Amino acid sequence: MTDRKIRVMVAKPGLDGHDRGARILARCFRDAGFEVIYTGCHQTPEQIVAAAIQEDVDLVGLSCLSGAHRALFPRVVELLREKDAADITVIGGGIIPEQDFDALYKAGIKAIFTPGAALDSIVEWIRTNIKPRA
Amino acid sequence: MYFTKETQEASLRLTEKWDKDVQKAVQETADQKVRYSTVSDLEIKRLYTPEDIKDTNFTEDISVPGEYPYLRGNQATGYRGRYWTFRMFSGMGSAQDTNERWHMLLKQGQTGLSTAFDYPTLMGYDSDSPKSLGEVGKCGVAIDTLEDFLALMKDIPIDQVTTSMTINPPATILFAMYCAAADIKGVPLNKIGGTIQNDLLKEFIAQKTFMCPPEPSVKLISDTVEFGTKYVPRWNTISISGYHIREAGSTAIQELAFTLRDGIEYVEDVVRRKGMNVDDFAPRLSFFFNSHIDFFEEICKMRAARRMWAKIIKERFGAKNPRSWWLRFHTQTAGCSLTAQQPYNNVVRTTTEALAAILGGTQSLHTNSLDEVLCLPSEHAVEIALRTQQILAEETGVANTIDPLAGSYFIESLTNEIEEKAWEYIHKIDEMGGMIAAIEKGFPQMEIAEAAYRFQRQLDAGEKIMVGVNKYATDAKHTIPLVDIDEKVGEEQIKRLQDVRRRRDNRATGQSLNDIKNACKKGENVMPHCIAAVKNLATLQEICDVYREVYGEYRDPGLY
Repeated sequence: MTDRKIRVMVAKPGLDGHDRGARILARCFRDAGFEVIYTGCHQTPEQIVAAAIQEDVDLVGLSCLSGAHRALFPRVVELLREKDAADITVIGGGIIPEQDFDALYKAGIKAIFTPGAALDSIVEWIRTNIKPRA
Repeated sequence: MYFTKETQEASLRLTEKWDKDVQKAVQETADQKVRYSTVSDLEIKRLYTPEDIKDTNFTEDISVPGEYPYLRGNQATGYRGRYWTFRMFSGMGSAQDTNERWHMLLKQGQTGLSTAFDYPTLMGYDSDSPKSLGEVGKCGVAIDTLEDFLALMKDIPIDQVTTSMTINPPATILFAMYCAAADIKGVPLNKIGGTIQNDLLKEFIAQKTFMCPPEPSVKLISDTVEFGTKYVPRWNTISISGYHIREAGSTAIQELAFTLRDGIEYVEDVVRRKGMNVDDFAPRLSFFFNSHIDFFEEICKMRAARRMWAKIIKERFGAKNPRSWWLRFHTQTAGCSLTAQQPYNNVVRTTTEALAAILGGTQSLHTNSLDEVLCLPSEHAVEIALRTQQILAEETGVANTIDPLAGSYFIESLTNEIEEKAWEYIHKIDEMGGMIAAIEKGFPQMEIAEAAYRFQRQLDAGEKIMVGVNKYATDAKHTIPLVDIDEKVGEEQIKRLQDVRRRRDNRATGQSLNDIKNACKKGENVMPHCIAAVKNLATLQEICDVYREVYGEYRDPGLY
């Protein structure tokens, strides 16, 4: 099973429609050789978690630019735990002020990427930290 | 443009000599880049000469301001009669918080208001909907009922100040609230002026703030056009927007082409569905463009836009009234050009972009605040942004003369090139059967995704530069004070909303919601019923739920 590709879900929680970053990342992950699922905009945390489990992904990347990350990102991690899917890693990005980082890390978000992060640095982080689950 | 035979020959001869000089010079000092292109990746030549505009006809293509095809501006007097409207987009927290910010801006010399709503309001949900979790008051002001709206407009002289509202799926409702507020303040509807964005096609293409499918969405827009034309003649019922298309990563040409093609779609629908004459409503159509960081490209895009719309509305739709031929537009500087790193540099970017908008002949302008890439703008940052416009208007002299770059070999040639390439897109979408058909195929969405990805790759490769991000980056922390919306704003808003639901006459509310539903089913104009419903304190979501029930909901196809 070692040649299984990393499966990534790029997800847009909440009502935010700023999807430029999410769509660029989805393309970038595909080009990097990952298997990509993109949810589209306006997903509730419940929908994202259900899809992540059904699609058996290794990683969920959340993108939010509206300021609702404080409520929505931790909710996704919480729901994954409730559904016994805490082995799915969650990372996030968007307009996230640095003052919010600690609370998000404590809530279980493993990495946060903000504007200016190079695409390759995100791909690199995933290759280093995510191993496809058997 | 006409050049004498002598000039043309001299130009060719001298250009040839110049070219040889260049070939020699680059042997010694190579160009810094292999290829020079705009931020939209449009290739730019080292030099432009009379040769580049020899086919441009002065009378037909350039002319003078106030004359068809309006390349040089709609107004014969330019900015001498009045400047563009200084219109800063703002909205935050509760209606009261936003009202306070508005009074501060008017006191500082702002000349028009512009409203940012929070996501629940933009998407047609009430503040206490589970969908609104974490979003209330965050990206703008929360409006659930007419009471919130009246608090927003408190002590605003709506017979004197015009208000723009960036609202799309619930545009009928906010327009209705504005009309209801005028009634309550005792101002006749023909005295109020303002704009609702009300451009749903660009939502499917780019901004993703949609609710119902494209076809009924366009129907609701035509309702507002019909109602506005009859009863609120100073209202701009659609602001056909390229801004969001550009922010989503499009090129300047795509922004121009998709926006004008959206405009065509709306005009066709009003003419077909409402049987209205194009000259009855075309003068109230307005546009909204982005002013990005590539200075000349933006100026040329705006000039081309005026000339193209004049041709479209005159030739394609047969409009006879010269006012119908005008493309009037608001401009916002490019949020996506700003950087979180070294945020004070953003003032310089915004100034450059604002200057381009002025040289492009904008009628109205929002200048971004330096902190907008991080949070909602602070009062101090907004003031600098507003002062930027005032300095450009009052000190620099750039508004003294009209369209000062006209006649430049480069400017006219680039304007022509942008126009030509935008027509190609418009013809392509015509062939697909129009913009709704193109959206259903995912065409504009994928063209934009392609352009956005290409730019990001160019940035990562260092072919395009953002100072402080991929060049001249430092580890130094530039901390600026960030505006934070207290979570309590949401709690208090929910309390206010639930209090209204308890107090109101629920039978009257229910009846007026029923009237809207019937109007939707019969294909009648919903506007009069919306005004009655908001007066009966129906909530924004209650009305939107009627639309969702009758028309269905659109889901993001998630193209990338």
